[in-house]
Amino acid sequence: MSLLFYLAGAIAIISTVAVIVQSNIVHALIYLILSLLSIAVVFYVLGAPFAAVLEAIVYAGAIMVLFLFVIMMLNLGQHTRDQEKQWLSLRGWILPCLLAAVLLAQLISVLSSYDVTMNPETVGVLEVSALLFGPYVLAVELASILLLAGLVSAYHLAKK
Amino acid sequence: METIPTEHGLILAGILFVLGLIGVLTRRNIVFVLMSLEIMLNASGLAFIVAAARFGHAEGHIMFLMILTLAAAEVAVGLGLIIQMYRKFHTVDISVLSEMKG
Repeated sequence: MSLLFYLAGAIAIISTVAVIVQSNIVHALIYLILSLLSIAVVFYVLGAPFAAVLEAIVYAGAIMVLFLFVIMMLNLGQHTRDQEKQWLSLRGWILPCLLAAVLLAQLISVLSSYDVTMNPETVGVLEVSALLFGPYVLAVELASILLLAGLVSAYHLAKK
Repeated sequence: METIPTEHGLILAGILFVLGLIGVLTRRNIVFVLMSLEIMLNASGLAFIVAAARFGHAEGHIMFLMILTLAAAEVAVGLGLIIQMYRKFHTVDISVLSEMKG
């Protein structure tokens, strides 16, 4: 099980790196789907099968299809791909990578003093939904209002 | 079944978050910026799932569901804005947005 965790984590990191250095936007999207699916495997190993299924359906399914539709609507051709290659100069990468490396080093140094193992008990759909429609029912209502607002504003913005 | 240390899960979430941050800082194509934001939101969701596995509670899963909802709404609005921007400027370069008026 722990081998599965490290393997899926490595695939997630490698494919995420491939997303941020890619110049072809459709290839980057496919790499992002790979990364999301491997994070779904990580969720499954960590005892969250419901979250894993949602990750595969909502993220890798719905949200990525939305991205794909918009990329098809924009119809970015060879011109954008060449421009993208030109924008990806080495000089622009140095400072952000340096800052992000400092941030990551801080995170790792904070986390390495924290030595507890996880208990791999599976938390099933039953427990999650009992909480969701018990004490957190207001959060579900607010999430539905947020989705409705997103729907209305996306319709309004994409209209001609 | 051998157990996984909690900090390894949190470090994985941290690495993914930092990669998303690099993407937001370096890319000039706005679609890539939105994709990097998705990576960052997903990494924070992973941190919540790791915390849920550490304490054996289902509350982390609830927070993950909230993040999922937030990501879906954010992507819908963001992609609508990208379509509107492409209609107006005929490019996906974010530096043209500095010429916006009003």
